[in-house]
Amino acid sequence: MATRREVFGAGITSVLPMLPGIAPFGVIAGLTAIGTGLSTTQAMVTSGLIFAGASQLAMLQLIADGAIPAVILLTVMTVNLRFAMYSASLAPHFQHLGRGWRFPLAYLLVDQNYATSIQRFLHGGPDGRVHGHWFYLGGGVTLWLTWQTSTAVGVFMGANVPSGLSLDFAIPLVFMVLLVPALRDRAHVIAAVTGGLVATLAADMPLHLGIVAGALSGIAAGMMSDPRTDQDRDS
Amino acid sequence: MSETALWLTILGAGFGTWLLRLSFIETWQWLSVPPRLDRALRYVPAAVMAALVVPALVRPESVVDLSPDNLRLLAGIVAALVAWLTRNVLLTLAVGMGVLWALQGLG
Repeated sequence: MATRREVFGAGITSVLPMLPGIAPFGVIAGLTAIGTGLSTTQAMVTSGLIFAGASQLAMLQLIADGAIPAVILLTVMTVNLRFAMYSASLAPHFQHLGRGWRFPLAYLLVDQNYATSIQRFLHGGPDGRVHGHWFYLGGGVTLWLTWQTSTAVGVFMGANVPSGLSLDFAIPLVFMVLLVPALRDRAHVIAAVTGGLVATLAADMPLHLGIVAGALSGIAAGMMSDPRTDQDRDS
Repeated sequence: MSETALWLTILGAGFGTWLLRLSFIETWQWLSVPPRLDRALRYVPAAVMAALVVPALVRPESVVDLSPDNLRLLAGIVAALVAWLTRNVLLTLAVGMGVLWALQGLG
């Protein structure tokens, strides 16, 4: 049987192939924070506390646009709604742990270690469940360190990069790479098309609620075009 | 935004995000996930990412612009192809920024 240490190491190894995709994203998050006018401390605390790139960039964009805090918080929560889905999916595998484990493990929940951990818990056989939280912890800590380090690089660069390079264009480019795997069937494509269209049309709405309006419309459109009903969804 | 409001926004966003992550891990024993919510959450990534990408490309100057003068739209289309084919963040960034800079240089 694998020891905790070995499982922890396997968790680290499982996320290594994803780090080259995360590091540039983190650099952009740091650069953008400085570009938006945040102090070095605020930029680092943003990455440290939120630890979720897409929502951090959406937040920075809204701060730059002069949105009010309530709308910024609503947008961040909408962008991060997917964590509730991951939380539900991982919950059965963390129930034997106390809060001393559950609270920090929840904090480390991001797309990448969700994907590798749930794969191991569900399809890794009996071995996959032994010390499962150590596997998740190994991946989560590695991702967290990568995110903070790359943000710090971006923050440092942000103070030295000349303006006029249109570096803000890197933000939608990163989102594109995140969008592609989400388009897995017709209903998801409809959700994306609706979300993009409504967000564009609603961009002139007062209070900068375009992203929230687009996201909620897209979710509704996806559900309506989903051929599965609640009765046969498990078949 | 005042310095205090900015700090409260950052702290609130961090705490709120943690609550979303903790939600069902903490409540699982006495609260099952409603099936409709479960279905709705599946569409969050596609809807949210598209809502972030599309406006940035089609209305870069706060007006919808589908003409070839919209360099960000042109560069974005090329980058979208790269993202679709490779799913590689670095390559998509390099091609997208490269095309945008080239177009700006020509213009």
